[in-house]
Amino acid sequence: MTNLLEVRDLRIGFRVDKHTSVEAVKGVSFSVPENTTVALVGESGSGKSVSSLAVMGLLPRESTLIAPGSQILFNGVDVLALTGAQRRALCGKEIAMIFQEPMSSLNPVFTVGFQIGEVLRLHLGLSSRDARTRTLALLGEVGMPDPATKIDAYPSQLSGGQQQRVMIAMAIACEPKLLIADEPTTALDVTVQQQIVELIASLQRARKMAVLFITHDLGLVGEIADRVIVMRHGEVKEEGAAAQVLQAPQDPYTRALLYCRPTLESRPRRLPVIADFLSGAAGPGIAIAQRPRGLTAADRPVLVVDKLCKSFFTRQGLFGKREFKAIEDVSFTLARGKTLGIVGESGSGKTTVGLTLLRLHQATSGSALFDGHDLMTLPERAYLPYKRRIQIIFQNPYASLNPRFTVGQILLEPMRIHRIGADDRERVMLAQQLLERVGLPAAALQRYPHEFSGGQRQRIAIARCLTMQPDILVCDESVSALDVSVQAQVLNLLQDLQDEFGMSYLFISHDLAVVKYMADEVMVMRQGRVVEMADADELYRNPQHAYTRSLLAAIPGSTKP
Amino acid sequence: MTDTLSPGLWTLAWRRLRTDRVAMASLGVVLAFLALLALAGMGLVAADWEREVGVNYAPPSFIGAAGADAAVQATQAPLPPNPFDPLAADIAALGQAGAVVPPAAKRATLPFGADKWGHDIVRKTIKGGQTSIVVGLGAALLAVVLGTLFGALAGFYGGVVDDVFNWFYSIFTSIPSILMILTVAAVLQQKGVATIVLILGLTGWTGPFRLIRAEYIKHKGREYVLAAHAIGASNWRKMFAHIFPNVSHVALVQLSILVVGFIKAEVILSFLGFGVPVGTVSWGSMLNEAQNELILGKWWQLAAAASAMALLVTAFSLLTDALRDALDPKLT
Repeated sequence: MTNLLEVRDLRIGFRVDKHTSVEAVKGVSFSVPENTTVALVGESGSGKSVSSLAVMGLLPRESTLIAPGSQILFNGVDVLALTGAQRRALCGKEIAMIFQEPMSSLNPVFTVGFQIGEVLRLHLGLSSRDARTRTLALLGEVGMPDPATKIDAYPSQLSGGQQQRVMIAMAIACEPKLLIADEPTTALDVTVQQQIVELIASLQRARKMAVLFITHDLGLVGEIADRVIVMRHGEVKEEGAAAQVLQAPQDPYTRALLYCRPTLESRPRRLPVIADFLSGAAGPGIAIAQRPRGLTAADRPVLVVDKLCKSFFTRQGLFGKREFKAIEDVSFTLARGKTLGIVGESGSGKTTVGLTLLRLHQATSGSALFDGHDLMTLPERAYLPYKRRIQIIFQNPYASLNPRFTVGQILLEPMRIHRIGADDRERVMLAQQLLERVGLPAAALQRYPHEFSGGQRQRIAIARCLTMQPDILVCDESVSALDVSVQAQVLNLLQDLQDEFGMSYLFISHDLAVVKYMADEVMVMRQGRVVEMADADELYRNPQHAYTRSLLAAIPGSTKP
Repeated sequence: MTDTLSPGLWTLAWRRLRTDRVAMASLGVVLAFLALLALAGMGLVAADWEREVGVNYAPPSFIGAAGADAAVQATQAPLPPNPFDPLAADIAALGQAGAVVPPAAKRATLPFGADKWGHDIVRKTIKGGQTSIVVGLGAALLAVVLGTLFGALAGFYGGVVDDVFNWFYSIFTSIPSILMILTVAAVLQQKGVATIVLILGLTGWTGPFRLIRAEYIKHKGREYVLAAHAIGASNWRKMFAHIFPNVSHVALVQLSILVVGFIKAEVILSFLGFGVPVGTVSWGSMLNEAQNELILGKWWQLAAAASAMALLVTAFSLLTDALRDALDPKLT
């Protein structure tokens, strides 16, 4: 087997200012043989995307420093030594790439047929008529339903999965020898993710392409890759055949990546984190105490939600309006000190439930009884004291903290509004204690959110909620944007805080494994309605509804029931 | 917000600004202009700009008085006595009494020349700066404050509030701006610097309004604003403590653009007779006079007013730009 792509001692740095630069890729070497799928796995900052962008020549020219000794050989030719025009001819024809966000990779003002046809006309010199025939065939090949009408659709008229199919059709239009897929399924729902992965795998077999599949999800790798390369901090940690790396990982970091993700099979009291693996405190074969879950008869309800509805209206015609029911008749009871998990795909209304309970959306009808008061109908002034008792942690820790506030200001603000603590001196003391509680140094008070990593920012967001000592915490996809290893740390923190303060969690996520780990009771939602609700163990062991079963089957690496 | 621990946005911004050499230089220039403005306002500097200290169109000293002297001498060469002049005796008597400054006492050159009446250009520029800077800065501040306030309200609340402000905005922008200015001037019916500030401020808020409104619409759905809502922050607090620092760069850039525009607009207003009262000098009126002088080759008044304006405006733009960067904690 000859190597189609060979990366030798690749070193890439980025200029920060005139005098300093940071090294993102530190001497990476790997190869992609013909007709194989190689997975490049790593967390954010591992250099996996930077390496693949370097292959395509897509790194910003003015700030990128590629060390002179680096080589990227494609079919034996060093692409780094090619001129711009030669490189452009190569990329797109011989090497193609698909990206993470299909929505932003397609031009919204052209039809998908035009965009696929453009590739054919430019690279293969086909006439418009031939290009259209070829485009139809390609759309059929990538499994687009009803290609004859979809060819004239605009990207916004397609679903996320269909958009990604269009991107794949564009990539394979010129029959490339190498397809680079940069996190192609990360932005998609679980069930769609599975279809796309299967599509890439079948195309690879049919066309005998080589595929470089970049992902952060080791679970996904087993389904598609022949070989696996694990990267961390710009270095290759482990490389080998997929079965060998996944079954018997040699490097402790690979082991950590594999096992610090919550799984459906076990529920440890604490999730092991990377440090545990590196120090040898955790690993395969080391037994971990399990945590029992589920509701008991002694549990007292803290929040009773009954027939909650929320509709959005869009204007139609001159006076008419069209109703869109985001959630419909959602009823549940949240027990004190317990966690209710809400699972669903995008558009299921799970986030709307959380936002409506916090009155970030106004409920259309229904009630939410808390402390004998209906939170949905309380007047604004009477609601204020309840605001501090029900709090939310958002998905994106980069967006939920005001970038112009120091951490001190962020933590002191809610205490000032709700008059917690006698004066600012006491509040600062409280803030320092809370920061230490969530695992950050007290000196963080004077710094700005952008100086912290994603996991640390999520800790700050958690500390902000804790200042108000809430009874209920809504976690809206709170760990979804975090790397696997950081995710484990934040989940552990949330669990510790629940044990310590007895808070109730409403844990909203698309990730069934994470919900299984956190929740006592699970509610499955689809298109605004509750599909199924049961004790966590019961739901996963014996799913009643077909939709729940399909969700469970779509989890990467799961054994199909 | 004052914290014992956190240095706060402005302290940190100042620290960052201090490391920026260009910013500090432009800050120095702006402060120097403001100091001159204050001194001129108190009458300590350039109070006597109206004294006719030089000969007409006295050239700047660095050119030398050589060429000009010849011209002056030519015009001042005593005419041959005219025996039929009926006023000869009276003029001679007046000359001996010393009631008029004899032309010889006026200086032939001045540091940066003189205008038609022999006013010292340097002093005139300083005095003119007093008017122009007050008009430019004052009116721009007024316009940006109004635009920001209206834009924040319209963008943040949306719905009917937004509609009302938009109608108001449409009315203001549908009338040609010069007509609008004349209308406000006619209503105010008073001549003076304060009037010009009001006229320009009340008509100039539309630009900042439109941009700030768009920023608020964009930001009000951001998660950090939702988080502020969730902790119980009031609307006012969300608008001005949370969102405003994140959109302040728009207001700052608008401010620097408007300052330049308003200094120029004052010229037009003065030309139309709605500007500063007669007897008050401004850079605008200087530029106005300079038009006719330039044909005669007397360029120094134009050069003085234009370079003073260019220096201030450039320094001000650089300063606001640096301020924008310094206020953004994500940079550096």
